[in-house]
Order: sequence, then structure tokens, then C-alpha cells
Amino acid sequence: MLRFILNNQTVETDLPSGMTVLDFVRYHKNLKGTKIGCREGDCGACTVLVGELTDGEVGYRSMTSCLMPLANAAGKHIVTIEGINPADGGLTPAQTALVDESGTQCGFCTVGFVMSLTGYSLSGGERSGETALSAIDGNICRCTGYKSIERAAKRICDLQFAICNSTISAAEVAGSQIDQAISTGTVPNYFESIGERLRMLFTEDSNRKLKIENRKWMAGGTDLYVQKHEEMVHAGAVSLFDDPSLRFINETADSVEIGPSVVVTDLLESEVFNRLFPDLYRHLKLVSSTPIRNMATLAGNFVNASPIGDMTAWFIALGARIELRDQFSGDERTIALADLYLGYKTLDRRDSEIISKITFGKDFTHFNFEKVSKRTYLDIASVNTAISLKVSDGMIERALVSMGGVAPTPLLLRKTSEFMTGRPFGHETFAAAELLIQDEIVPISDVRGSAEYKRLLARQLFRAHGLAVSSEQ
Amino acid sequence: MKNLDSKSHVRGESVYLDDIPVVEGTLYACVFDSPVAHGKLRSVNTDEAASAPGVVRVITANDLIGENQIGGILPDEPLLANGEVHFCGMPIAVVLAESDEQARAAASLVKAEIEPLEAIVDAREAFAKGSLIAAPKRFKLGDTEKAFESCAHVFEGKTRSGGQEHLYIETQGAYTLPSETGGLRVFSSTQGPTAVQKAVASVTGIPMNLIEVDVTRLGGGFGGKEDQANAWAAICAVSTQLTKRPVKYSLHRMEDMRMTGKRHPYSSDYRIGLDADLRIVAYDVVFYQNAGASCDLSLPVLERTLFHCTNSYFIPNVSAVAYSCKTNLPPNTAFRGFGGPQGMFVIESAIAHAADALGVDRDEIQRRNLLSSGDELPYGQIVESEAREAWSQADSVYDFATLKKEADEFNKTGGHLKKGVAMMPICFGISFTKTPMNQARSLVHVYTDGSVAVSTGAVEMGQGVNTKIAQVAASVFGISIEKVKVHTTNTLRIANTSPTAASAAADLNGKATQIACEKILERLNEVAAELELESWPPVGTGSGGDRQIGPPEGETPNWVELVNEAHLRRVNLSEHAHYATPGVGFDWSVAKGHPFAYHVFGTAIVGATVDCLRGTYEFDYVKCCHDFGQSMNSAVDRGQIEGGIVQGIGWMTIEEVVYDSEGRLRSNALSTYKIPDVYSVPDEIAIEALETTRPNLAVFNSKAVGEPPLMYGIGAYFAIREAVKAFDKENLPAFDAPFTAEKVLMNLHRS
Repeated sequence: MLRFILNNQTVETDLPSGMTVLDFVRYHKNLKGTKIGCREGDCGACTVLVGELTDGEVGYRSMTSCLMPLANAAGKHIVTIEGINPADGGLTPAQTALVDESGTQCGFCTVGFVMSLTGYSLSGGERSGETALSAIDGNICRCTGYKSIERAAKRICDLQFAICNSTISAAEVAGSQIDQAISTGTVPNYFESIGERLRMLFTEDSNRKLKIENRKWMAGGTDLYVQKHEEMVHAGAVSLFDDPSLRFINETADSVEIGPSVVVTDLLESEVFNRLFPDLYRHLKLVSSTPIRNMATLAGNFVNASPIGDMTAWFIALGARIELRDQFSGDERTIALADLYLGYKTLDRRDSEIISKITFGKDFTHFNFEKVSKRTYLDIASVNTAISLKVSDGMIERALVSMGGVAPTPLLLRKTSEFMTGRPFGHETFAAAELLIQDEIVPISDVRGSAEYKRLLARQLFRAHGLAVSSEQ
Repeated sequence: MKNLDSKSHVRGESVYLDDIPVVEGTLYACVFDSPVAHGKLRSVNTDEAASAPGVVRVITANDLIGENQIGGILPDEPLLANGEVHFCGMPIAVVLAESDEQARAAASLVKAEIEPLEAIVDAREAFAKGSLIAAPKRFKLGDTEKAFESCAHVFEGKTRSGGQEHLYIETQGAYTLPSETGGLRVFSSTQGPTAVQKAVASVTGIPMNLIEVDVTRLGGGFGGKEDQANAWAAICAVSTQLTKRPVKYSLHRMEDMRMTGKRHPYSSDYRIGLDADLRIVAYDVVFYQNAGASCDLSLPVLERTLFHCTNSYFIPNVSAVAYSCKTNLPPNTAFRGFGGPQGMFVIESAIAHAADALGVDRDEIQRRNLLSSGDELPYGQIVESEAREAWSQADSVYDFATLKKEADEFNKTGGHLKKGVAMMPICFGISFTKTPMNQARSLVHVYTDGSVAVSTGAVEMGQGVNTKIAQVAASVFGISIEKVKVHTTNTLRIANTSPTAASAAADLNGKATQIACEKILERLNEVAAELELESWPPVGTGSGGDRQIGPPEGETPNWVELVNEAHLRRVNLSEHAHYATPGVGFDWSVAKGHPFAYHVFGTAIVGATVDCLRGTYEFDYVKCCHDFGQSMNSAVDRGQIEGGIVQGIGWMTIEEVVYDSEGRLRSNALSTYKIPDVYSVPDEIAIEALETTRPNLAVFNSKAVGEPPLMYGIGAYFAIREAVKAFDKENLPAFDAPFTAEKVLMNLHRS
């Protein structure tokens, strides 16, 4: 049995843990405000907020309920539009902003925008036009052309900004985003009790062990539910998503160790990553959307084995190593991430093994990530590529170049990388290296572009690397 | 005045098809559709599906009681394949089960034995093989043959424009319930309730007066639910008829994308002739429309391509021929602009070609050839033009010369970013080109508490038509808009409706509502006169404009009292009014007439920045001057313009419908078919109103606004093209839309 708080109610269910939260709220709880647009996390009409206890505080993130199994809702606070609508029939600030700016036409996507903007108000972090837009980057609207929604988002941002900059208010004394959100009418009063209720839920549930026969391991589910929806919804899914022992970012003297269930947003919010990757936000903005980044785990991206996984390309270029742990024997072994891929969707991994740790060295001096897709954001790449260099005294001591979308597996461009290693850091090395790439890649023509285009793009993005790292000091 | 649905939308309380409470006993339908684009259907084996858990029945073509036919214009579209399959996604069988999941699981167990036949996916190939939907359509003005001889410059070439998936966020769907008299109650997500009613009548054999179609609202339509909502309603109706149970079918996204048609792709040949002063003297164009496997709305779409083949320009000698080519794709259908954008893309390409070859700016040729009032359009209508006014207002307000200069200066700096600027004038005719469709009815009831209920044939799909209709009623009666409720579109209340399409729903249904309200008001005025009410009437009739709605206090003095008094005096407080657009008509035997009540004009300036290293692009701005007439709802109209522009840009840039050579849709999900997201829209959309005071046939002089702005998006193509040319001036990209990042990069780096 799974237990979680749905809006203001604790729910228990024996339904398959693989069932999506979307189907559960709409068809089992009759909460019809959450809409179905695509069932693959690409439209945001089904966006809900997910509240989770971390360090004693409830933090909320937006997620697409179509890709979220009930297993990943367990022990959390799931918020649908019905859970934030003011009881008196009035409107929250996000709702008011959308109405006032005419940010709703047919209305079908609207609830998703309301939830995303509400999530923005509940989150901490910097307040700017950019972060406000980023909050709705996973929401697709076909009617408005977004300008009215942008204006609404800006209003919310201004409101938040005003709150952040106001002289000390009662809410600020309390110091919690949630108290602040309650005071502005962003969320109803019952949100103040959620922390305590989640703690109780956690204590009660921690003694129970889920049966692990007939299990299907899953993490964030963001690709699994796109590829294998029918299979998963009936499955007794066992989640690796919430295991705290799998979710960490630790810095050591010369490396960084990351838990496999760390999601992309965790990287964005990590001090270590922001320090090591000055362009982190600009680069990760190219990777899916806010709700998906809130759900998608690194290990999930790796084992999914898509030839075009963005984070896979990223970490291959860092020379990352992964620790594989056998869930039955407890045996552990460590391999290079690049060596995980044996062929199309074929991995050097036994069914009983999970990735238990990701490690990469910090001694690179330059890093760049490039991705081009039909639509710049929230799209799957035609070609993606990353490069890391260790440069010392004008010489490249080590080069690692990865590339996706150009072969049946994500590639480490070994020859290109080897060629660059030991040569001077400069245009001539790049110019010579770019010729080698064409021999290492074997792109095919598909809906993401012709083989000819991908070859050209590979060259161009490598040139972009050259420009990026040479301007980086 | 905000869209009246805004509040229920943001609270998630607006009801769409899949939100309708399900009645006990409801079955769920799922279609088994053809995996083959063209073939002989040898057999269909439904045994395994029929014995799957929860399955109640499996229906194939042989089970239909009525006719296996849902074609609205030509009877060439079977509901369920019988004998042959004509496109991938063509429905073959319907599985009915106790749950949606069970129906889906069982549908995958249906087996069809199909002997493949040659599949045609390309329009020109279909044309070469004589595969046409109907005889070609032709427009002729002047004498092109003679005119070309006198031209100083003649250029010819080819263009292509791609399809476009509607991607309404609410997928297609229907829900049917049996009624006690052997009739049917049909909930449908449709722009055309009457079209659904007819399709249901056809396949069930039930007369139309026993079929109630009810539509609350759509989660987007854009033309995709004008005709193509019919199949799902018909499938549910047949299923209810055969099982006596309610049946629901709400399509999954991939089913919707796979089984429904899209905007028509076109391939075209043009020949353009100019004199020494850059005046276009002659234009010869041949359009090859990819209609898909059956007619659907392809012929009227084809006609509108002809109607707009010269866009905003006066060309004295025009010869235009259009072929609707039958292929093995899902039947392509209406999409905002309805063939007009495809026609305009060709003339804009021809002008760009001439400009390139002559070494002049494209806008120079555009400007010199704009329509003036009194000019004859290729179809004989004498135009009342605002084209020159819109152009010069856009030119001066936004300072086009400076925008161009800024781009040129930027491009000289030599980085890998290049900017392009393009002008895009539009001229779009308002009215259904099939004249009989230009009629509408409205039913208005005034209740004794002073509240007003309005029903029309218009369907609310986000465009704000219900808000505008409520404004009309409130304005005529001089009451607060809160007193007015526009109800669902229902075929029992309003019969024989035209679909909500052609940008004309607010005009037609608004005018009918105006007439109905005015008739009731006349009777109230008589009562007021008898009562010698001092403060009556407080507000003039038919004043229009959202600024003028309702008295300041929100209450009309004496309104409730007067309504009550009228009722006591046995005065009729209801009216069912009819409106038919006056003065429109078209004679296809000579291809001349006056098909449009009026035209909408405007000019947009589009600025793009292309990253010539990566082949990606962004839009800096779209600045337009748009002919609103006198907008009755500036918030709604602004939303239509912004939304239309972005949809048009999407069509011209990132939205690429991809079928493989076997006729299978490759861009079959949101992961492979990309519509604009919040980051792909222009940084700035500026809208300047060209307020035109000339009387027109629009409701309250507030011109139709649904479709025209989409065509500003065509400017995006040419803005990118200018930027690509700035990278390498020898580089002249072909006229092949959409201008995807792939095409941009391949054009930039040809060697």
C-alpha cells in the first residue's frame, strides 16, 4: 500500500505502484483540473507540484504527472489545481496574473501554467525574468503565442521580487517560502501543516518494506513511461528515485561523487557544479524542461542508453566512471561510463546491477556543451557534444570529446581526443582534429535530420567548442 | 473585457470532453487502424480481440446499419475501411470494452491481412499519375500570355510548403449516449456540430432530428476539428447504436497525430513578370495540393489558395491553376488560413526571387505593387483596400528603414550571428467562399429575473467568440455582461449551423444575436413607452466596442422591472433570429464574383537573428500594423494576433511534418514534432491598430481576426533567408518551407 498526501487529504492506495499520478488523480480521485495533453512529458498540461521533506523543510518542485508513477508519490505531498484554488472561489496571484494578462485562451494548457508559476513562487532562488520564464519552459500553449503568459510570469516575478525586497514582514521572520506563499494567497493555509503530516507519514511508513518480487526498477520514469507506458502502469514498480542513499553530491580533493538518483535540477542547484561549470545554467537549459529536470535522474539517462542522451554526452566528456552494484550479491565494480555502451541499447550491465555512484575528476580546465535540435529548447538533439580539456602551459594534457546522435551509442570520440592530447591548445589543433571526427561517427538519417546534416553539424559544433574554450579563461 | 471563461480556466473548472462525468455503463472505444498506407484489405480477424478481458464488441465496416460514409463534400470517405485501405491510420475496426485500457489492449490484438499496393505520398507524383480529387480549379484575370511578352523581367521557379499538425492540446474525442426514442445525444469536441450530426446520421441511418450534438468548448481547434471531429463521433454513435450503451472515445496523442489530417503541403510552380518600374505585370502559378486520401475540405482549401494567390498585390494579368492531388496520407484538412497561407507563400517567394535577381530590396517590389481600393482581384471582386495604409503606417511607426540599417550595420561586424529583416503584408478575405454557408442563427431568451441566455451556432475554442457574443447582447440591451450567459452549442437549439471557421463565427453569430436582441428590445421599448418610463432606454443599441458596454454602475435602471412588466403583458421575451451576409456570391462557372464581405489587411515587419555557426535562429521582433476595423474586444483580438503570428512562425520554421516513403508518419508525437515553446517566440510582438472607420459588414465594425495574423508568420521565412544571404550573398536558399535548422545550416555551408 502506498500513502501520500493529495492536496489536503492523506490517501492510501493499493493500485499498481506503476500507475501514473495523472490517471490516479483524474480517474480515481475525480480531480479533472489536471489535463492530459501528450502523456510523454512534452506539453506540461498535467503539471502538478510535488512537495518533499528535505532537511526538515518541505520543498516543492513541478513535475509532469503523466510520467510520474504512484511509487514516486509515496510519502510526498502531491498538489493539483484543486489543492490551491481558494475556497471562496477567488484566485491566487498566479491565476489573477493569467486572467489579467489574457494568458488563457482555450484553457486546456492553463492549469499547467498555473501550477508551474505556483511552483516558482514556492521555490527559493533568484528572481528574474529569466527564472520566471524558466519555470514555464515545460508548458506548451498552442493558442496564445506566449506573450500574454510571459507578461503574467513577469507579474509573478515582480510580486515575488517585491516580497523578497520588502522590509521585514511576519512571513520573513518565519523565514519559510511556504509561510510567505500562504501570506500572499499563493497557496491555502493547510500548506503550513504539510511538513508535520509528511514527517508522521514518513515515520509510519519507514517500517514497511515493499515486496521486491516481480519488481521493475525505475527512477524518475521520464523516458521509461514514454517508451514502455503500457508495461509500466501495471507493474509493481520499485523506485530508486527517493532512496536518500542514492542521492548525494560529494566533493573530494580531486573528484566529485554523485548519487545515481540525483536529478538535473540538483546539479543546477549545487554549489559544486556551479563552481566547476561557469556556464551551467546556459548549458542545462538546453536539456529538456524544468519539470523533467526535476524528475530525470543521471543514472536513468545513462542506462536508458539513448544515443542522444544529453547528460550521457556531458559525463562521458568528463571521463566519468560509474560504480555498478549487484542488488543480490552486493558485488561492486567500476567502469568508465563510455565503456558501458556495447551497442545500440546494449549495456555492459547485468539485470541485477544498478548504478550506485558516478565519479569524475575535477582537474579539467575547460568544458563546453553544445546541442542543436529542431527546437532549441525542450527537444531531443540532432547532435549533442561535450568537451573537457586539461590545459597546462599552453599544452593540452588531456582532451575528451563526446558526441551523441551520430552512432548507435553515445560516443567518446577516442581518436579525436587522443589526437588533441599532447598538442598545443590553439586553433590549429582544433582545425586538424575536426577532420578526424568524420571518421569516428556513423550518423543515420531520421526524423532528427539527415546523415549529411548530422555530419555537418558535428563539424560545426566542434568548431563551436573551439570558440567557446578559447574564449574561456 | 477579458475572455469570460478565463476564471474557470485558471481554476481548472472549465469542462472539456474528457471531463464530462461518465454515466454508468459507459463503454470505451479504441480504433484499430491501418498500418499500411495503401492496400487490399483481404481479411480482418477480430476473434482474439473480442475474447480479450473486458471487451464487449468489436465493430467492422460490415456492422454499420447506415452508410459507411462520412465525406462532407464528396462521398469518398468511408468511416471504416472496407475492401481497401487508403492511408496509414485509416480506421479498420473499433474495439469496445469496459475500460479505456482494456479497449486499447484489445485493439492491438486485431489482425488485418492487407496486400500492399503502391503508395503515393507526393502531390506531384499523384498529379503525374492522374490521381486527382476533382477537376482542377482556375482563376484568370487579363491575358498573361500577352503580358509576359511585354515584361522587362521574367522569373520562374518552384516552391514547397510543408504540412502542419494542429496540435490542439485537447485531442479529438466524442461521447455518445442513447436516448429513449432511438436517438442519440452526442458530446463532441468539434468546430462543426452540424457536420458531426450529418456524419452520425449517415452512418447510423438515424434522422438528424433525433441526434443532439452538444459542444461546451474545445481545447483548441485551429481547423483540425472542423471536419475531422466527425469520424470519432460517428464511431461512438455507431457503437452506441449497436450496443445500446454510452460510448466514449478520447484519443491518445499518438492516435490523434497518426489518424488525422493536417495542413495541406503544397508544391508550386510560378512565373512572374515585371516591368522596368518593378510593377508586377503578369503572374502565372500552378499549385499542387497534397490532399491526402479523400477530399475532406481539400477543395474549398484549394479554392482559398487561389483566392489569395496574389496576396496584397494588384496584378493585372493572372493565371492560376490548382490541382488537388490524391495521395495515401491521412486526408488533409482545414488549418487556420485554409489554403490562403500556402498561396501567399508562393507569390512572396516569386517576389523574393525577382528581388534577388534584380539586385533590389524585396520590400521595394512589395511596396510598389500593393492593392488600392478599386483594384480588381483575380476573382473579379473589386477590393476596398487598406493595404497601402497598413504598409505606410507600419513603415513609419516602426521606422523600417532604421530597422534595416541596424541589421546591415550588425551584419558588417563579422561575427557568426547575422540578422535579417522582412516585410510581410497580408490581405485576407472574410466569408465562407461557399456562399450558402454565410448564414447563422441565434436564440435569445430574456428571463423574468433579467438574466439573458444566448445560444448560437458558434463554438468556443479559446478565440473568445462567446465573449464577443455576450458583449453584443449586453451592449444591445444596455445591461451588465454578468447578466448574459452564452450557452453550449447545441443542434437542438440551433439547427443547420455552419462550422466555426473562416474567422467568421463572431460576425455571423454576433450579427444574428444582435438581430435577436434588437427585436426583443423593440418590444421592450414599446412596453417602456406605454409605461412612460423616464430612464428608458438608457443605452443606444448596437453601439459596440468593449469601452461602451453596459452602464457605468453595471445595472440598467428599470431593466428587471421592465422585463417583468413585459412578461405580465404577454410580450415575447425570446427571439430566434437569422442572419445571412448580404451581397456575397460567387459563380464558379466563370470563376468570378464577390465572395467576401470584406478583406482584412495588415503589414508586419519580422526581424530574425541566425547563428551561422550552428544554423539555429531566433526572432527579435514582429512589429505589425493590423486592420481591426474597430475592435470590440482589444484583449481578445490581441491574443488572436499574438497566437496567430507564433503559429505562422511555427509553420514556417520548426514545425516539420515528416512521412516516410511508405506513408508512415515519422513526426508522430510531441517528441518528434515541435511547436513553438516559450523560448521560440519573438522577443517582442508589437501591434499597432490600423483603425479604419469605413463601414464594413463585421459585427460592430470589429473585423474578423482569427486567421489573418497567421500569415504574418510567413515573414519569418524571409527574415531568416535575408540573414542567410547576409552570411554569403551568393547564397540564395530555395523556397522550401519550413526553414528548419537543418535547412539553414545546409544552406549556410553548402560545400
